[in-house]
Amino acid sequence: MAGAPDRADVVIIGAGIVGNSLAYHLARLGVPRIVLVDKGPLPNPGGSTGHASNFIFPFEHSKMMTELTTESTAQYKALGVFTESGGIEVARTEARMQEFRRKLSAAKAWDQEAELLTPAEVKKLVPFIEEGLLLGGLHFPRVGVVDSLRAGTIMRERAQELGALQVLGNTEILGIDVEGGRVRAVRTSEGDIVAGQVAICCGVWSPRIARMAGATIPLTPAVHQMVSVGPIALFADSPGEISYPIVRDVDTGMYERQHGGDMEVGSYAHRPILVEPDEIPSIEASALSPTELPFTADDFDPQMESALELMPDLLGDERAGIRYAINGLISLTPDGHPVFGETSEVRGLWTAAAIWIKEGPGSARVVAEWMTGTQPCLDAHEADVARFWPHQRTRAHVRARAAEAFNKTYGIVHPAEQYLDSRGVRRSPIYAREVELGASFFETAGWERPNWYESNAPLLDEYAGRVTQRAAEWDARWWSPIIEAEHLAMRDRVGLVDLSAFAVFDVSGPGALDCLQRVAVAQMDVPVGRVVYTPFLTPDGGFRADLTIMRLGPSRFRVVTGAAHGLADRQWIVDHAGGGEAVEVTDQTSAWCTVGVWGPRSRELVAGCSPDDVSAAGFAYGTCRNIELGGLQVLASRISYVGELGWELYAPMEQGGELFDLLLEAGQPLGAVPVGLGVYLSTARLEKGYRAYGSELTPDYGLVEAGLHRRMVKKQEFTGKRAHLAERARTPAAVLCTLTVDYSAVAPDDRRYPLGGEVILGEGGEPIADARGRRSYVTSAGAGPSVGEYLLLAYVPPELAIAGQRLQVECMGERYPVAVAVAGNGAVFDPANERLRS
Amino acid sequence: MEILVCIKRVPFVGGTVVLTDDHRQVDTKFLGFTMSPHEECAVEEAVRLVEAHGGSSTVLTVGAPEAEEQLRYAMSLGMDRAVLVDAGARELGPRSVAAEIVGAVETMRSAGAGPDLLLLGNEAADTGDFQVGILVAEALGLPCITGVKELEVAGGELRATRERGRAREVFAVSLPAVCTVKEGLNLPRYPSLPGRLRAKSKPLATSEAGERVEQLRMQSLVVPREERRQAEVLGHGADAAGRVVEVLVELGVVKR
Amino acid sequence: MILALIEHDAVAPSGTSLEALTLARQIAAATGEPLHALAVAGDAGKLGPSLGDHGVEVLHAASFVGDDAYAPRAWARAVLAGAGAGGGQGAARAVVAPASDRGNEVMAYVGAIAGLPMVANCVEVAPDADGSGWRLRRLRWGGSIVEEAVLEADGPGLFTVAPDSVAAEAAGAPVATELRAFEVALEERDLQVRVNEVLEPATQGVSLTDARVVIGGGRGVGGEDGFAVLEELAELLGGAVGVSRAVTSLGWRSHQDQVGQTGCRIAPELYIACGISGAIQHMVGCKGARNLLAINTDADAPIMSKADYAVIGDLHAVLPAIVAELRKELAR
Repeated sequence: MAGAPDRADVVIIGAGIVGNSLAYHLARLGVPRIVLVDKGPLPNPGGSTGHASNFIFPFEHSKMMTELTTESTAQYKALGVFTESGGIEVARTEARMQEFRRKLSAAKAWDQEAELLTPAEVKKLVPFIEEGLLLGGLHFPRVGVVDSLRAGTIMRERAQELGALQVLGNTEILGIDVEGGRVRAVRTSEGDIVAGQVAICCGVWSPRIARMAGATIPLTPAVHQMVSVGPIALFADSPGEISYPIVRDVDTGMYERQHGGDMEVGSYAHRPILVEPDEIPSIEASALSPTELPFTADDFDPQMESALELMPDLLGDERAGIRYAINGLISLTPDGHPVFGETSEVRGLWTAAAIWIKEGPGSARVVAEWMTGTQPCLDAHEADVARFWPHQRTRAHVRARAAEAFNKTYGIVHPAEQYLDSRGVRRSPIYAREVELGASFFETAGWERPNWYESNAPLLDEYAGRVTQRAAEWDARWWSPIIEAEHLAMRDRVGLVDLSAFAVFDVSGPGALDCLQRVAVAQMDVPVGRVVYTPFLTPDGGFRADLTIMRLGPSRFRVVTGAAHGLADRQWIVDHAGGGEAVEVTDQTSAWCTVGVWGPRSRELVAGCSPDDVSAAGFAYGTCRNIELGGLQVLASRISYVGELGWELYAPMEQGGELFDLLLEAGQPLGAVPVGLGVYLSTARLEKGYRAYGSELTPDYGLVEAGLHRRMVKKQEFTGKRAHLAERARTPAAVLCTLTVDYSAVAPDDRRYPLGGEVILGEGGEPIADARGRRSYVTSAGAGPSVGEYLLLAYVPPELAIAGQRLQVECMGERYPVAVAVAGNGAVFDPANERLRS
Repeated sequence: MEILVCIKRVPFVGGTVVLTDDHRQVDTKFLGFTMSPHEECAVEEAVRLVEAHGGSSTVLTVGAPEAEEQLRYAMSLGMDRAVLVDAGARELGPRSVAAEIVGAVETMRSAGAGPDLLLLGNEAADTGDFQVGILVAEALGLPCITGVKELEVAGGELRATRERGRAREVFAVSLPAVCTVKEGLNLPRYPSLPGRLRAKSKPLATSEAGERVEQLRMQSLVVPREERRQAEVLGHGADAAGRVVEVLVELGVVKR
Repeated sequence: MILALIEHDAVAPSGTSLEALTLARQIAAATGEPLHALAVAGDAGKLGPSLGDHGVEVLHAASFVGDDAYAPRAWARAVLAGAGAGGGQGAARAVVAPASDRGNEVMAYVGAIAGLPMVANCVEVAPDADGSGWRLRRLRWGGSIVEEAVLEADGPGLFTVAPDSVAAEAAGAPVATELRAFEVALEERDLQVRVNEVLEPATQGVSLTDARVVIGGGRGVGGEDGFAVLEELAELLGGAVGVSRAVTSLGWRSHQDQVGQTGCRIAPELYIACGISGAIQHMVGCKGARNLLAINTDADAPIMSKADYAVIGDLHAVLPAIVAELRKELAR
């Protein structure tokens, strides 16, 4: 076999399903010289692909994951390696049945085939199941199994046929050379390769390989047990690999799938067993393979019992023996999503890891598109490896969160569910005061953010009758009626919101204006002291970010964006900074804290503390400047995401406590209350129709559809301009509307409240799809206490985007009538924005 | 009939043996454990004999407490109960092991449950001393047949066959007796799920191994340095066939 | 004296006995003891010349009533008698036997009866510095690991010698071997375990241990049916098919065909290992092969570092091609 070539455009490390797929997609996109390296033999180099259970359930609560799976399935089918078997999740508990109803609604929203089954119907499809244990099942008829090894081989061969690929099996990576922060070459046991880009696709070994280049990939190898039982008498006569649907016994954290003459039983229910990448044995030292570790029988015994009781005759047959049992190794990340993209430490060093078989080819395609600058076929920004803040990359954090998430693999996870481990890492300077005020903290990007304050409980009496009672335990989880009381108090008086978790960064230098002009939709050449609210677009015209920018000087701008996407937003700007005069992007997140002061009495409050002119005339909406507040200098920015008169106040981080106390004290006679993010991120903005990036503002929709297009388009070039102009020239395929839910026919105790993701149905009960095939579903949901309605945001086709149009929402298996309250952009509360501009 | 099977916990080694830094043990960091291959057949045979003739079976090991894993495995295949003679981390030589087994058998005898048949592996996979069965038999005054590949019990008589070259030697003794068996005696079963669960609640008695003085004392282990041959690659896939046949001819193994 | 147990077929000593004898002679030289040998039954007299070539001064030829059938305890009693187990002058300082099935068995009995440690599978034995014990090297894991140990014995050292580990070598100068025949006094117990019957081999054809060429199949063969092409090649070469333990555990082939630590040891001219990764327990079974050709998809499998020749590929593609080429060659 020839040794390594001297140079390559891309070196891919790892020939599992991901590496093989990536080689193919890069070749298909025209990359001429690709080298695929693996230290193991082909076709099965001993990684997780080699012992994967290889089945694909198409649907997950994450839209990205569902789309990755759909794309991967299409690729597997095109390769001829997909066998449809159907799959059924079975419920042993009522809580699980509720989860099935929730999943069913979301599955309809994303056009995934699914149906609820009674126990008897489950038994018809899986005759050997003990239906007496079940309350029902969720059937996915399009589930199938794939031959992932064969898929990888075919893709590799196709890339070779294109003349683009050289494969080096049995080749070890000895090092990765980095020069000037950019990858330069890969050193292998077969020689050194100078490489333009390097992609690390080696699953559990990825962190170790990345470390050679000084980069981190936050994943940890973890055990997932599986055994194979056979020979199964019933399977002796069934043809092929699988004739019965795969069963996911989700309440016990297990699955059972037929594999030829055996029944493979897998478990995610055992204690989390995390393995250090350096603890993975070499190929020679392993008994079977490096990712098939010796089985720890004690960990599997409780699951054995569950499997036996579910399939008593099949698995209880004394003649069927456990003839294969392993502690298999898989990769887990802190938040459960894969890791794609260019590492933040080393340019040109990419990764595609922590990917399950069911997302393999799709993930590889997206990463290939990212690597070649091709418009991605789907939005996978949630998987961007750059999303992790430094503390989230630490071994301790990765392990703690992976361990906590492991047992939730088949769990019922509330959309607002909080992690319990690794908390309290980033605390605003107001944290101690918030604790005293009984804040209920939710975590985002490591920040502890108050969602509501228990100290506001007395407001419930004050606003009795105007706050929602959520009778269903699920709806009331991770929620409090206090949120709605805070909302009402803020709109009546004045509220204080700790927004220190904002990601803040300054863009400065002679090239700063041009740089921002290139990425922002809005005109950026505004007077100093103006605040610009603007989205960023993808080249395709979809949303990439949604944030505000203050012009602090001729060549200095301050960008403020949400904690969740701050890193990605900053990276986007940095990526567009080049090719002109100097631009400096400086992270200021830890330098500035932010307190929002909003409500009808906010001017009174601020004026009472400041000698500066904060009158309507003296301080116009949409401007920013420094003011004195008590003994502090703060940067005040008069904008509002809650739709009230008021300011965002920026002070140096170490002064945040003083700032908050000052406002709280001065605000006391005015009835000021601390207000949490339950109001800021949900109730207040929903009443104003303010969109949120990640919910309704996604790469899948454009400015016009979202109702955020301006009267004019600026003459300067910006990313996505052409696509946006094209969008303006035609009828939108969808219109984002605000809907209200009609509960009048439902007793209060029976009402279920959508939390997001629920499918919107036509009056006849059928799902609605727009001209581009996108289905309507709830992108955001929450109470609108000031208007006494429960509000939803959803995209609907233009013919339905008419105020008063009646539709339905399916929530937990129940259908509720909804009506379009605002078609397009607009507010149900203070539609003329009088409060905002007062 | 009452059957006692004696097993030993050994690491399940793959393609290379790695030693600990002090060169006194196999490094088992990445390895699972099993019982010696011959003993798997002993366990299987005991289970079959009890299935055929009634009675019960006991599996015994002298070793570290972790060896409970192997005892539970044997019970998941059908052994009725287990005895663990805890020797801690000590490596006991064959005479010490035999003495512990004899002690356990005497305990069984005094409880009126002395075994009619003792089955052991012909030799342990790791230490390969070839003598524990004979030592036990001698101490108990029982006949011992070693290297058994076929075994039959009928009417209190044991008929055992073993290989000698291409032929087979047949022995016959009356029970009680000791047999050391070789892999190939039968095809051991895999544990069923119910078997595994039953094993968890089957009785396991523990006792402590006595103080033993070993006359054979291991100083260190060495992995023999074989010259790493550089295999001559004759080709890839079917294309190599021509060159392979040339080599066959060169080696003189092609007979016309 | 140093006493070596000789297995024989009434014509000549077995190969492994000569290897053991060679080690015994090394011990004799190191201890300054004379070298004796012991054989049981048969016409031991015929063994004299070959033993003389190996430096044996005295051959103790033991017999007993019914010694035409092998009985391990009886043989052990013969060894003990020959070794002068009663102690005193002339008692053996060490007894050495081949580590064959019988050798190990008999020596185990010797140790059990005499209450002495028996060390099996030795490759090197030497008296230690002060002469009270022994320094030795013996095999573990069927030969994959060598153990260095010291033996303290308050009686004769009992050793069996691992086959194929010590090269049988004639002595520098042959001696005339004195023959001392004697009858062993036995009890009933000594004949309790005794060969009743000898069954002739059921299988015909080439035996694994004798074959000049062995085609080995491992997990890579994939199933019972996959062995057809291996059988075909074996037939063309007049060889036999062997398997790894993975194959027998899965029930694809009978244990008879298993090569390895718990199967049989082979020493063919050529071993063609197909789809066999090279687990150590298998390699100890085939290390006697003169030449090893490995056919595997994995160029880095452990077996590759022990192979002389390799073909990287799937055996299901490679073997049929070899068969076809071979047929062409044979037709020439």
